[in-house]
Amino acid sequence: MDASAAVRIKGLTHRYPEQKRDEQALADVDLTVRPGIITGLAGPDGAGKTTLMRVMAGLLKATKGEIEVVGLDPVRQADALHLRVGYMPQKFGLYEDLTVMENLVLYADLRGVGAEERKAQFERLLDFTDLHRFTKRLAGKLSGGMKQKLGLACTLIGTPELLLLDEPGVGVDPISRRDLWRMVQSLAQGGMAVVWATAYLDEAELCDDLCLMNEGRVIFSGAPREQKERMQGRCIQVRDIAGNRRHFLRHALGSPSVVDGVIQGESVRLVLKEGLSEPDPGVLEGEPTARVVTVEPRLEDAFIDLVGGGPDGHSVLADTMPLVDLPSGVDPQAVIRAHELTRTFGDFTATDHVTFDVKKGEIFGLLGPNGAGKSTTFRMMCGLLTPTSGDAEVMGIDFKRSASEARQKLGYMAQKFSLYGNLSVERNLIFFSGIYGLKGRAQADKVAQMMDSFDLTRYRRTNAGELPLGFKQRLSLACALMHEPPLIFLDEPTSGVDPVTRREFWVHINALVDKGVTVMVTTHFMDEAEYCDRIALIYRGRMIAAGPPDQLKKAVASEDLPDPTFEDAFIGLIQRDDQAREVAEKDKAA
Amino acid sequence: MWNRIVALIAKELQQLFSTRRNIMLLLTPLVLQLAIFPFATTLELRNATLSILNEDSGAASVELVQRMAAASAFTEVLSLYSEEDLERVIDRQDALLAIRIPPDFSRKVLAGEPVSLQAVIDGRRSNSAQIAYSYIQQITNDFAEERTGQVAPAKLIVRNLYNPNLDYRWFVLPSLVAIIATVGCLLVTSLSLAREREEGTFDQLLVTPLTPAYIMLGKAVPGILVAMAQGGIISLAAVWLYGVPFTGTVWLLMLATFAYALALSGVGLLLSAISNSQQQAFLGVFCFMVPSVVLSGYLAPVENMPTVLRWISAINPLTHFIEMAKGIFLKSYGLAETQTSLLALFGIAVVTLLVAHWVFWKQTKS
Amino acid sequence: MSLAHPPVAGFSWRRLRALCVKETRQILRDPSSLLIAVILPVMLLFIFGFGISLDTNRLRIGVVMEDHGVEAVRFAAAAAGSPYIDLVFANSYDEMEDSLVRGKVRGIIVIPQDFTAKVMEGSGDAAIQVLADGAEPNTANFVGSYAQGLFGNWLAARADAYGAEFHEPIAVEPRYWFNPTTVSRNYLIPGSISVVMTIIGALLTSLVVAREWERGTMEALLATPISRTELLLSKSLPYYGLALIAMAICVLIAIFIMNVPFRGSVLMLLLSTSLFLGSALGLGLLLSTVTRNQFNAAQGALNAAFLPAALLSGLIFEIASMPAFVQAVTLFVPARYFVKIMQTLFQAGDIPSIVVPNLLFLLLSAIFWLGLTAWKTRRRLDG
Repeated sequence: MDASAAVRIKGLTHRYPEQKRDEQALADVDLTVRPGIITGLAGPDGAGKTTLMRVMAGLLKATKGEIEVVGLDPVRQADALHLRVGYMPQKFGLYEDLTVMENLVLYADLRGVGAEERKAQFERLLDFTDLHRFTKRLAGKLSGGMKQKLGLACTLIGTPELLLLDEPGVGVDPISRRDLWRMVQSLAQGGMAVVWATAYLDEAELCDDLCLMNEGRVIFSGAPREQKERMQGRCIQVRDIAGNRRHFLRHALGSPSVVDGVIQGESVRLVLKEGLSEPDPGVLEGEPTARVVTVEPRLEDAFIDLVGGGPDGHSVLADTMPLVDLPSGVDPQAVIRAHELTRTFGDFTATDHVTFDVKKGEIFGLLGPNGAGKSTTFRMMCGLLTPTSGDAEVMGIDFKRSASEARQKLGYMAQKFSLYGNLSVERNLIFFSGIYGLKGRAQADKVAQMMDSFDLTRYRRTNAGELPLGFKQRLSLACALMHEPPLIFLDEPTSGVDPVTRREFWVHINALVDKGVTVMVTTHFMDEAEYCDRIALIYRGRMIAAGPPDQLKKAVASEDLPDPTFEDAFIGLIQRDDQAREVAEKDKAA
Repeated sequence: MWNRIVALIAKELQQLFSTRRNIMLLLTPLVLQLAIFPFATTLELRNATLSILNEDSGAASVELVQRMAAASAFTEVLSLYSEEDLERVIDRQDALLAIRIPPDFSRKVLAGEPVSLQAVIDGRRSNSAQIAYSYIQQITNDFAEERTGQVAPAKLIVRNLYNPNLDYRWFVLPSLVAIIATVGCLLVTSLSLAREREEGTFDQLLVTPLTPAYIMLGKAVPGILVAMAQGGIISLAAVWLYGVPFTGTVWLLMLATFAYALALSGVGLLLSAISNSQQQAFLGVFCFMVPSVVLSGYLAPVENMPTVLRWISAINPLTHFIEMAKGIFLKSYGLAETQTSLLALFGIAVVTLLVAHWVFWKQTKS
Repeated sequence: MSLAHPPVAGFSWRRLRALCVKETRQILRDPSSLLIAVILPVMLLFIFGFGISLDTNRLRIGVVMEDHGVEAVRFAAAAAGSPYIDLVFANSYDEMEDSLVRGKVRGIIVIPQDFTAKVMEGSGDAAIQVLADGAEPNTANFVGSYAQGLFGNWLAARADAYGAEFHEPIAVEPRYWFNPTTVSRNYLIPGSISVVMTIIGALLTSLVVAREWERGTMEALLATPISRTELLLSKSLPYYGLALIAMAICVLIAIFIMNVPFRGSVLMLLLSTSLFLGSALGLGLLLSTVTRNQFNAAQGALNAAFLPAALLSGLIFEIASMPAFVQAVTLFVPARYFVKIMQTLFQAGDIPSIVVPNLLFLLLSAIFWLGLTAWKTRRRLDG
């Protein structure tokens, strides 16, 4: 082992007292964290990342195994450890009712940083995080990105040797995530050891060293590069598909030569079985114009491959759903309609004259940075907020006129699975079918059918709160679909979910769309945005761009960046809007 | 629409009884209060200590002391020997009451001359001390009548209707029906909505075709059921365990409980409509419940309160329910005697439910 | 690099001060803590002070005059002079019965048809009947003893009319000590202050540690070098200060607005309050530490602190009148000792024989609750 390592862990196992005998939060984990680089700790929710972080921070005593952090035993020498290790928990650990400066002063006092030293450190940290202007603002009044920076600043007081960051990127828009990454990278270059826990594999991919976890076990450790290299040649993009790309994807996922596949705008990206560099000829059948291009592998490809591939593309659920038949008089070009939609809170305009139509059978994405008005717009479209002016209509029904009738037409699934955690799976289904007006035989049949198609029968009596995450997600979707709605509203439906479950979720959504269901979705995942037929980008309350994902990508393409990702498009379009605004303000001033 | 509401109510009840902890939360206060309240909350005088400074040694004084010692209210009698003793026992609250018998007591009694005893009353405990004082007075009067042979021109016969032995438990248990139902109903109605808000399931409800009025109904019914169930259990316990007479009719008690629970669920829904979190709802319940119990006539009679508080107590649902419960248990109340209270409760229910609906509706429209 | 760090000390004044400053700022910025600490106590004090009045100074009694003879009229006239009783007259029992059933009068004095005649006869058969509303047992007691008083008035008035001086053969003269006006408010308010202090101490602190757990700040705090003592002290000292302010408000209201006399010393008041707060704060912190959940902690505080303080402390209900098992329970209610001290300090002064033993119990209780909290406080997330 490396003598200079900041953390050395060998055979670490942990079981919480409430866990069953055969369950473990951490199972035989080995990990070495070296100074000067960022070590990624990646994996889906429930993989054991937070437990491991807490053990390293001396906040939990592991059941067994060896651990040494900055040369100390984190349990017996906890006091010494706390002086030398900085730990930022998931909610950043800030006091929201204290100002930025008061938070900093508190942590400086707690870490015993003297007055002289403090002055210099505050100066440096405020420069570093660009929070100088906000020192008198309450932490609770900061935006998500700024809170995160303040959390980091508080953790950095006293210049720790080891920095532990637990999912610092959660719930934060891509721009803030990029900023934070740059800051942490410069710290690592200065010689600090950094552990960055994340559920986003695209974030993990950027780390210098990686520990990939699943269900308490380490499934890979080493440089992300190694994993990507392993996948070299197996990742392809199928472009210029003439037919329906969703059908193509489903067909392709059914082929034994394909491990995984996702939609990327107009194209479909596939991961092939080990040893193959081209898919079965059957996959491309009926697509004479399609071109196969080999693309750079991603860490996510390797993860899916490591856990045994994604779902097969067939949705049992969609088989049970009827084809959507629009009632006469409803315009299929505008089953969801926002017209000059505006919402103000006091003198703050959250949504500013937003207009769009969604066609029947379309997936429509609402994207935007935190606090830019995307949620407000979304909430108005499903009737949770009343617009200050303008109209929100679904299936030709205005929420203002007949809210109850309009609501019967939509299914809704929110980011935090809004199920009744202390009721069983079956009772949740019965309840949701009941309030949508199903009764008697029809209700019993529908509940049985849903449990069948989502494979929930074995969990029938389990409380919804105790389900594994993937099944919770299935149950939420089932509850939203009990009344066979022609429209589905999804509010960040897959945040925190592992990539395989996310794939499965989209298999169902794609199949529903085939049945004529119309989908409206908000998301922070840029990959997920690519599933959409059209996207509206909301920034500062206005819709600054709208169109198919490929068109938005094309809009920011340049010589330096010929093939931008959707994240590039997102950031590019927002920066462009900021510049335009600055110019306009200058003109006004002049 | 009805079966949607049934679905909502069924869910509410399932959630209520879903965990052992929830059931305990509803049952534990019931059992504890049923076991402790009837014994602890009593203004009756029992096990009191009397102290006597007898400066006389005559036969009359000795007999009087013996009679006082035999009274059931006083389990202990301290004999005092000096003025300092007397001061000490009162100062230290060793005795509630100190009787001083003057040196010439027996002589004057024998001579048929009027004589005075002195009763030193501890003003810090004036209620109990005054009751004790009236016992002493009674004993002394009887003694005087026998001893002096003077026949009074008339007698005073005191009889207690509805509760001949003034058993305090007969008073406490009907009131307890009301108080326990209060806690159960308020917690169920006000906290369940706040919890849905905190857990994010509230949005899920709002995107369904249920209107605010239906959601409120779905929350009110379980609260009413809980209140009626708890009230029923206490009533049965009152009659069978504690032997409190039940002179009224069962259906009227049920109607009264229903009216009360309806008014309370209005209050509970109003509290939950204006609070954002379970904690605020809890504080709201606390701020409502404490004054409502204090001003209900349970701890002290309403007629002793200053005018403003009597007004408040008139709009306090608990006052009306306690009055009806006591009446139905002890005074064979019928519809005629309860209709004013019933109307008041329904009135309170209408007002609170309308306001709650208005607040709630404003919120969903915002 | 590690050389730059100061040596690890078990306890640091600077950290304690920083935590206390933080806690104080949070108190000042959180409207709900001000609600609990200032508005709630004042409201409760007024409600307890005026709502729980056991002084039956407005007793309504009905008099049924079935007889209108000279003795009956004399009785009515003598009775009407009493300042504590509202008399309602009626000619028949039936008229009055309904009022008794509906609780409009708390007792009925019946002067029977042949009353004057029988008194004149002098056979001793004449009887006045008093019917008290047993559904209000405490009031019924007073109806009985007030009727006795009215009866005495009548005897005196009768003797007077015949030119004789009336003497009760054996009179029992009451002497009220400590509370000569026998206003029950004078002993209820000092007791209520202890209930109010229980609420502030236990309810407020039951929320504070749980709040840190819920908001995730406890995890960040535990990752710094703070010690258990610092954590515990920083959670008690600011609330102790807040409670003392509330105490001062309560005492001032009691003395200057409610005119309750205060005969003890401020020093003793401070000492006993401090010891009592030790228990109340300790209990609140314990609940908060153990449940790590604001809602459960608050509910626990209500059941474990508020209800016992209100009902089992001897404030309203005499502990001596309770059965032995309930009396045993009251031994563990710190409010019981504080109520006694408060009542003594207000009405009698610093009487060492009462104050000292109760202070000792408060001290034991404070050590018990704070000790238990310290024992349950962890430096790690697990046990």
